[in-house]
Parts: sequence; structure tokens; C-alpha cells
Amino acid sequence: MAEANTAPGMMTPLGHGAGTNEHDASRRDFIFIAAGAAGAIGAAAVVWPLIDQMNPAGDARALATIEFDLAKLELGQEVRFTWQGKPVFARRRTPEEITKSEQTALSALKDKLSRNQGLPASADASDANRVPVGPDGKPKPEFIVLVGTCTHLGCVPVFGQGDFGGWFCPCHGSHYDTAGRIRIGPAPANLEVPKLAFVTDSVVRIG
Amino acid sequence: MSGPSNYQPGSAFEKWLDTRLPIIRLGYDSIVDFPTPKNLNYWYTFGGILTFCLAVQIVTGIVLAMHYVASAQPFIEGSNISQAFASVQRIQRDVSYGWLIQSLHTVGASMFFIAVYIHMFRGLYYGSYKAPREILWAIGVVIFLLMMATAFMGYVLPWGQMSFHGAAVITNLIGAFPVVGDALRTWIWGDFAVSNATLNRFFSLHYLMPFVIAAMVGMHIWALHVPGNNNPTGVEVKSKADTVPFHPFYTVKDAFALALFMILFAAFVFFMPDALGHPDNYIPANALSTPTHIVPEWYFLPFYAILRAIPDKLGGVIAMFGSIMVLFALPWLDTSRVKSMRYRPLARQFFLLFVVACLTLGYVGAQPAEGLFLIIAQIATAYYFLFFLAILPILGIVERPGNAPASISEAVLKPGAARPAHAAAE
Repeated sequence: MAEANTAPGMMTPLGHGAGTNEHDASRRDFIFIAAGAAGAIGAAAVVWPLIDQMNPAGDARALATIEFDLAKLELGQEVRFTWQGKPVFARRRTPEEITKSEQTALSALKDKLSRNQGLPASADASDANRVPVGPDGKPKPEFIVLVGTCTHLGCVPVFGQGDFGGWFCPCHGSHYDTAGRIRIGPAPANLEVPKLAFVTDSVVRIG
Repeated sequence: MSGPSNYQPGSAFEKWLDTRLPIIRLGYDSIVDFPTPKNLNYWYTFGGILTFCLAVQIVTGIVLAMHYVASAQPFIEGSNISQAFASVQRIQRDVSYGWLIQSLHTVGASMFFIAVYIHMFRGLYYGSYKAPREILWAIGVVIFLLMMATAFMGYVLPWGQMSFHGAAVITNLIGAFPVVGDALRTWIWGDFAVSNATLNRFFSLHYLMPFVIAAMVGMHIWALHVPGNNNPTGVEVKSKADTVPFHPFYTVKDAFALALFMILFAAFVFFMPDALGHPDNYIPANALSTPTHIVPEWYFLPFYAILRAIPDKLGGVIAMFGSIMVLFALPWLDTSRVKSMRYRPLARQFFLLFVVACLTLGYVGAQPAEGLFLIIAQIATAYYFLFFLAILPILGIVERPGNAPASISEAVLKPGAARPAHAAAE
């Protein structure tokens, strides 16, 4: 191939013999591309650790679960604690709160998805899909466990204010009902329900 | 306008240095002999004032970092007061002159923004963003963005209630972006919420950014010194008669304006160091309870108002970022051939309305986002965008500008010769 293209007088100054300009160019192109590619891959290999180091570290990921004893809750009491640095509301609902939530039609909801990490993403936001499911497989509507981070911009809502008897976010005025579902306001989604699993009859593992 | 250098090395050492590193020549050409339009008014002194502000922030910041502890861990076992919060209190109470240095730094941030807003409005009014100064303007917008990022991260460092929940609200804005929002937010937090990891990286970046700003200021001045200063007439320099050397004419003018600015600065530092801040930030951060009325520092209020004016979360975030991004496009949005609004009778009125809209946004940004305040915020937001996207492009075509003077010298020596805009509009 190289010989075929060789013409007299087209020897390179460096005297590479058989090399024509064209031949040389393709060899140089290859070296250029190979060196460039190696450099780019090397750079990416160095940059990735520098980017990934900002993700949650092993100790932060290790705090992925926490246990809470629901039996400690009195009727109408709410306990707040943190899980992965996020506020969690564990609440024992009064019969009125439960009825109010259960009687709410799905069509009245702004966000019709359950937002329950323990359920498929497509599950609807009925009250039964928002409350913990006991060891017997039945929903426990007297309890509700929520991530207390407003889905708008991350403020912590307060209970007992707002138009729906549930939580109200003072920052930008989002109203949540007694199942933590968004009803009015700028928040786009229901309060998140973390993944819950009962360790004993009353102790629930979050995460 | 950066013409041939007139620097004459005096001593033998200067001659020796000049052939190796012409650094004295650079200084001489940039701040001594630099030809500057002779009609610059006091609105043009804010560039120098801003350089001073940056220097104050860097010097006080480096000192504060010697005493500050970037840790959200409890100050004492079981305490709800973090080491970060406690260390800021210690700086204010125990460190020698800490009260002064800390106060200079926090008040300095506000002074920096007062100056930068005046500087930007001045650029808007006199058309300083127009050819050949588009790059100069764009670098300025980049500096403004860096300033906002730096100020935001600095406000998080004392780890009070406003620090913490302000950081939560702003980082949650990122979560509004589809698909990547959640992962990006976790990446920025370094945890699953605003946490110790977040505080540490904010401190690291808060220390880095001012030096990036300083580098960009160098670029800004470089880009300024190629075409030279704009001036209140908007007419480019035509001859040497239009200019005076920067020193002593503008070094003295800048120094006088700076002295006045420092009086205002000192008044806040010594008599009301907390007046521009928020009392809630003296409450230690508590992840389980948000302050009932959460607002950013005053200099972010107009953008916060734009964010809240849009009823949709992602839409609000896009509008807020868009309100700054639109500034990059400004040189091409304004179609008028006349630079200075002195000679643009209609543009001047729309500009005044624009200033009112910005101030209004700042006011409603501090109010609850409901009822009348929300409606006012929406009207002001609409005007903000209309000004850039509709009014300036259309005005350049339909407006009949007044007669600008033939040269700067004519405007200075024969003020009556050029017909001001209101006379031309008759």
C-alpha cells in the first residue's frame, strides 16, 4: 500500500524511506488520536473521583435505617426525629383525623400518587397506601410516618395549622391533610412516606 | 484606547526590570497614564469602590478563617449548639478585635451588593453593555453570579436557623430539575439532607470563590482597558482632547467617593452591625423546625420574589435563573444605536420603571407570598422580563432619540449645543 503511493522526490526530510506525506499523515493522525484518547480517558479517570467524593460518604450511607417504637405514641401525639439528617414525623392519629383522610376522594387530591417508598411508584394516594402496613399485612391507619420535608423547597411543616387539619408549611404556604397529602399550595407532591418494615408488633424500621 | 505606552523608566533598576518584567509599565499604563473620558460622573466611581469591597472581604475573610470552625457537630456533647455557631460567637466575643473583623465581613457583604447594584444600573442607563463592550459586560455578569454564590455559602457558615433553612430552600431548588434533580441535590449536600458535609464544602468553596472573583475582576479590567471607559454621553472618545489621564483626575475622584462610601460602611459596622441581617440567625440551627418566616438576605430578595411569583416549582426556578441569564443576552436585545439613555427619551422612562420594578420585587420578596403581595410580585416579574425581552428590542426601532453631542468635548464645553432628550422629544 505504501509502496504504491510512493513517488520519487516525495521522501520526507527525515528520510523515513518508504513514507509518503499521505502515509506519514495517517500514521501521525493515528498517534495523535491515540494520544488524545489516552489523555482524555486518563483525565476522566482522574476527574471522576474528584466528582464522586462529593456524594454521601460511607458513614452517611451507613445511617440508612433507624428504628422507632410506635407504641410510645399517645393518641394525637406526634414525635419528630431525624433519619439521614431529614426530619421524620411519627404520628398517632385520632379517629377524626383518620375518617377525614379516608373520606377524601382521590379526585380532590393535587398529587394522586402514594409517594410511598414501600409501594410501586404508580400506587395511588389513598389513605391505606399512606399508612404503615403491620406485620399481619393489614394497614395500621392509626399511625402515620412521614418525611417532614416540604416537597416544595424543603422547609419543615407544622401540624395543626392549615385548612385540612394536617400540616402546614410556613415558608410558602403549602397545606397538607392528615395523611400528609398536598392539598393547596406550591408544593408539587405529597409528603414522602419512607420505606417501613415492622421489626416487632410495634417497632418499625425506617429506611 | 490602549494606545502606545508613554512609560519612561527612570532609574537604572527600572530600565533593567522593564526589559525583563514590564510590570511597572503595566501599572503606569493602566492606572496612571490611562486616557479616560473627561466627563465621568460619580456613578462611575463604583468600580473602584467594588475593588475595595473585594479586598475587604478577602482580608477579613482570611482572618476569620483562622478562628472559625466549620463543623455542625455539637459544641458540647448533647448540646444543640454546633461548633460552627459557637466559633462565630467566640469570634464576636472573645477573639481580639473579632467583633470588628466579623462585623466588617458581614456588613461588607451588604456593602458589596449595594455597590454592585449601583454599578449595574449605571451600566444599564448609559448603555455600557453595548458594542464594543459586550464581553466586558458578560464578565461582569459572571462576577455577579460568583458573588451571589459566595454570599449564599458565606451566610450558611454561622449555622444559625436562617443559615440552615436558607441552605435547605436554595439547595432544594436544584431538586426541581427533572431526572437529575434528586441525584444532583444529594451530590451537593454530600448527605441526604443539609448536613455537616454540606457545611464543610460550603466553607471550602466560600474560601475559594473570592480568588476566582479576583481573577475575573482582572479580566473585567482588561476587557475595560481595550475599548476604554464608556461615559455619560455614550459617545466614544474621538481625540485626546476628550480624555484626561486616569491619575490624578480619577484616582482622586474615586478616592473621594470611596471615603464617602466608607462613612456609610463604618456607620453600619459600628452602630448597627446586625441591621442588615436577620435575628433568626442568632438561633442555633435546628433541623426539626423551620423559622415561620424564612427570607434570604436583602440582596437576594428581588430574585426570591421572582422565584415565588411563579406558581410552579420548576417554573419559578427557571424564572429566577433566567432573570440573571437574560443579562448575558442584553447587548443583543437592545437594538438602539444610541448608547446613553440621556438621549433616549422613552427608554429613560422605561428604565426608571425598571428600577422601580426591581425595588418593588425587593420589597415583596420580604413579605409573605400571598394575596396582594403575590400579585404585585407577578406584575413586577412580568415587567422585569418585558423590559429586556420586549421593550428594549422594540424601543431601538420605534424610538426617536435626541441628538447626542458630536464629541465628549462638545458636551463638556458647550452643554447647550447638544439637545437633551426632552427637548428633542417635543
